[in-house]
Amino acid sequence: MAMEMKQAQAQARKPRLRGESSAATVWLGRIAVFVLAIGLWELLSGRAFNSFWVSKPSLIGVRLLQMIESGDLWFHASFTLQIAITGLAIGMLGGTLLGIVIAYSGVVEKWIYPYIMAIYSLPRVSLAPLFIVWFGIGMSSKVVMVVAMVIFVAFYNAYEGIRNIDKDLMDMMKTYKANWWDKLRWVVLPSITVWILTSLRLNIGMALIGAVIAELVGSNRGLGYYISYSSNMLDTTGIFTGLVSIMLIAILLEQVINIVAKRLLKYR
Amino acid sequence: MPSSNHPKLDIRDLRVEYYTKGQNTVALEDVNLKIADGEFVSVVGPSGCGKSTLLKIVSGLLKPARGEAKIDGESIKDVPDQVGMVFQNDALLPWKTVQDNVRLPLAVKGKSKAEQEQEVNRLLEMVGLSGFGGFYPKQLSGGMKKRVALARTFAYDPDIYLMDEPFGPLDAQTRVKIGEEFLRIWEKVGKSVLFITHDIEEAIALSDRVIVMTARPGRIKAEFKIELPRPRPFYDIRFDPQFKALQREVWLQMAEEA
Repeated sequence: MAMEMKQAQAQARKPRLRGESSAATVWLGRIAVFVLAIGLWELLSGRAFNSFWVSKPSLIGVRLLQMIESGDLWFHASFTLQIAITGLAIGMLGGTLLGIVIAYSGVVEKWIYPYIMAIYSLPRVSLAPLFIVWFGIGMSSKVVMVVAMVIFVAFYNAYEGIRNIDKDLMDMMKTYKANWWDKLRWVVLPSITVWILTSLRLNIGMALIGAVIAELVGSNRGLGYYISYSSNMLDTTGIFTGLVSIMLIAILLEQVINIVAKRLLKYR
Repeated sequence: MPSSNHPKLDIRDLRVEYYTKGQNTVALEDVNLKIADGEFVSVVGPSGCGKSTLLKIVSGLLKPARGEAKIDGESIKDVPDQVGMVFQNDALLPWKTVQDNVRLPLAVKGKSKAEQEQEVNRLLEMVGLSGFGGFYPKQLSGGMKKRVALARTFAYDPDIYLMDEPFGPLDAQTRVKIGEEFLRIWEKVGKSVLFITHDIEEAIALSDRVIVMTARPGRIKAEFKIELPRPRPFYDIRFDPQFKALQREVWLQMAEEA
């Protein structure tokens, strides 16, 4: 017993394997790549290329600061974020629930599944004009666009997650005479958490794409609108500033997911 | 309802079939088995003889093609209230701590939080895991996981323990230790056990009766009453001449099947 306890304690600590790089090496390398890429862009722009077409990191940085100061950035970014997050929430919830229900629907699953996959193969970007016709030029058509972008990944991950649940665990719950709510709480939801987090991570990018596309098609606000406006003005710095803002938002949201994932998956 | 007229478990003329890929396989045939209240019965046999199928029938997870299984005189339809299963791979919830895993059957039964906590502490102490309540299964050794799985089944407190090669995946040394502890606890609890194993020594050391099954389709080939006195020393009983004789007889029956 004493030996078993020692083993357990040793396993609780995670030693770094030989050949695995330290955090410092990884971060130094990342910073080096960043500095190199941005530095090259800065140096070559205006020398090797015309900076009118490719702008310059320093110009983009200045524009970003100007936009923060004037409140323009928040004006546009908040609109895009609102659309992306509302659509993400609705799409994730709807898709995940649909995945769970269909995975447990028996023969209905077999009837519906091919059609869901067929709709999934549609380029949903091309639906944007249709959504405007249906839901108008306002917020709702854009949220619907985001939902259309994220719902399939959410559905598919939840569905696959359910199919991958350890059968012994469900048998175990059955022998304890657990009702459906206990099965959901103790086994099903924790089992598919990994899958839901994966779909959430993939869908952050999808949601932002959906929001920006919807804004490109028709809007007077949002980062997508700002990009298309800058494009009309032949303002490449404006276009790049819009793109960088979207990227920063995606990175920020991804970090939030990582913190949540770390908490939820600490048992692993 | 427990009743003196009925055996705890009564299996009659059981036939079980599997349909896979359009093929019909008979897993069990003409199985008749009675287990008295508080009796410890082991089933040994070659792998694939349907030993585990027998447990699935008793736990209501599988329906027989013919015959029936009764608990306390009542035919098993859905999962019966009286059975508790110990799985070969423990079936612990990896996302729950040791205490939450043991708490599971109590929570499902709707016991109060205070009751759950008290019972969990008692059981963890009983299986020698006090102080490990906050650990996750991944942090435990195979033997410790098995103790958690046993504690969880003790928490459910079934009338019949269904055990599917529970000690199979353990190394030889841990296996003896866990077996010894399980036997000590069981002798106090005194509930019926249907124990599946391929280890003859383990079967004899634990049981009141050992059933030998044939290769597929599984039928009952022989039955041995084990009249070694209890409480038994789980390891040292192996040096008893009566044990040796039984071991030889069971082995002869098994050897014909292999």
